Amino acid sequence: MKKKKKINWKRTIPFYIMMLPGIMYLMINNYIPMFGIVIAFKKLNFRKGIFGSDWCGLENFEYLFSSSDAWTITRNTIGYNLANIVLGTVFAMAMAIMLNEITSRRRSKFYQTMVLLPYLMSWVVVGYICYAFLSSESGMVNGILAKFGLEPVSWYNEKKYWPFLIIFFNLWKGIGYSMIVYFAGIVGISADYYEAAVLDGATKWQQIKNITVPLMKPTIITMLILGLGNVMRSDFGLFYQLPRNSGALYSVTRTLDVYVYNALMKNNDFGMSSAASFYQAIVGFILIITANKLVRRYSEENALF
Amino acid sequence: MKQNRKISIISNTCLTIASLLALLPFLLLIIASLTDNNWAIANGFSYFPGKWSLDAYLYLTSQAATIGRAYVMTILSTAVGTALSILVTSLFAYGLNNDQIPGIRLINLAVVFTMLFNGGLVATYYTYNNIFHIKDTFWALIFPNLMMNAFNIILVKNYFRGSIPDSLVEAARIDGASEFSIFFKIVFPLSKPIMATVGLMTGLMYWNDWQNGLYYLTQRNGSKFYTIQVVLNTINENISFLSSSGSSGAAAAVSTMPSATARMAIAVVGILPVLVIYPFFQKYFVKGIMLGGVKG
Repeated sequence: MKKKKKINWKRTIPFYIMMLPGIMYLMINNYIPMFGIVIAFKKLNFRKGIFGSDWCGLENFEYLFSSSDAWTITRNTIGYNLANIVLGTVFAMAMAIMLNEITSRRRSKFYQTMVLLPYLMSWVVVGYICYAFLSSESGMVNGILAKFGLEPVSWYNEKKYWPFLIIFFNLWKGIGYSMIVYFAGIVGISADYYEAAVLDGATKWQQIKNITVPLMKPTIITMLILGLGNVMRSDFGLFYQLPRNSGALYSVTRTLDVYVYNALMKNNDFGMSSAASFYQAIVGFILIITANKLVRRYSEENALF
Repeated sequence: MKQNRKISIISNTCLTIASLLALLPFLLLIIASLTDNNWAIANGFSYFPGKWSLDAYLYLTSQAATIGRAYVMTILSTAVGTALSILVTSLFAYGLNNDQIPGIRLINLAVVFTMLFNGGLVATYYTYNNIFHIKDTFWALIFPNLMMNAFNIILVKNYFRGSIPDSLVEAARIDGASEFSIFFKIVFPLSKPIMATVGLMTGLMYWNDWQNGLYYLTQRNGSKFYTIQVVLNTINENISFLSSSGSSGAAAAVSTMPSATARMAIAVVGILPVLVIYPFFQKYFVKGIMLGGVKG
């Protein structure tokens, strides 16, 4: 029989003690809620608690999917994510390439600092900034329209502008982050390629087209796949703060996360909100597992696990 | 070469435009807070207001009980949250870095799994409220969602693995140092760069957080723990509630709310510390993003 290596408990126990607070936190913050998703199949009674409440089968889901809301929120969640993935990749990659062409260190740092600035702000503050432009009380845009004798626009009640506004502000806030991710990749490309290309008389444009972009392909594809894996998740702050939870805009601004929040906190409807939450968690889980599998096949070091 | 110069000019132009696009909205926020309120209502906010005024900031100084308190809460929750986060995350990552102790693979898996599956708002809300009774306490600002995440654990663990020489730890062990004193006296001080990066990112998250306040602090009993961000959000909630209720008392209640310029001033005060310290710590933020890379 193989002799099992004896564990030196005196040496290992301190490590368990070190991990204990973290493990407890994971339990409370992540694992208890994971089991809590069974609320979706229950008729919640606060006195009996989650596990004591009566089962109600798929009733909550029937309510959710019999309304038109389920389709709208799914469409919005996925649609805005796709728009952001495509536009975000194109713009961030273009800006990263341009940043790489800046030879002055100070200037490069200046551009990075500026473009990253919106990323550091909360969605509440971005909501306020947007409000300073668009409010009907004292917004800048309506002030300008008035100066040209044009009718003021009630921005927070007009649906048609919001797909554009949402996509614009999401890009505005997030572009600095992805630009730096791509820039880090470009900086990592070996200088040898470019030196060889210069010796062969390649122009900058040829270098970008034939060296930078092809060598960045693995990073870009990984980002795309991971983005697709997260397509069911939406940034609650973006869709809640920017349109100021305006009911008139719901059909174009309400995503899964906003729906769950409103159903839970505004209507106190545990049934509907937990059903939507469960739906998001399960579909999201399947997508991210699939995405990770694809990434693993494509470039293993970038896989999540 | 001519073409290379052209690319350099195009790059500089585009990035300058991008920088302006990033900066100008903040400038409007700041100028709006310095505009005379009546002028703003008549003409709309402008980059070149016809009438400047410090009224909004005078109003803030008269609201020390709410705004000043919220400011203290923001600082307190950021400090406490970041300190706890760094402590718990780094201890956990250090333990996790020992491949040979039993059960470590399972714990590792448990960490990674949290990136893939999430109980969602409803279950999390229920857990914190009805099991741990965090509602309307200071801890509502600290614990939910923000204190530790898989991503930071992996970042710190990789740093320990790559940058702390095993021989150093082994030597201390032979000298009879306990695991805890090895961690606090050797490993932690050697990990300042990663702690600065993770700490800044976490600090920013706490500073900017409004969701925990929205979920777990009620206006009736929790408002004493409101941070600036939560105050900003609550003002929005109240305005939209009052204007949608349409009762005769509502109009009067709206008029007691902070004026448009005062609201902008609260927002400016909320972001000012970030704007001021950011240029000095810019490299840590950039490094954090580069380390996080595609997985962020």
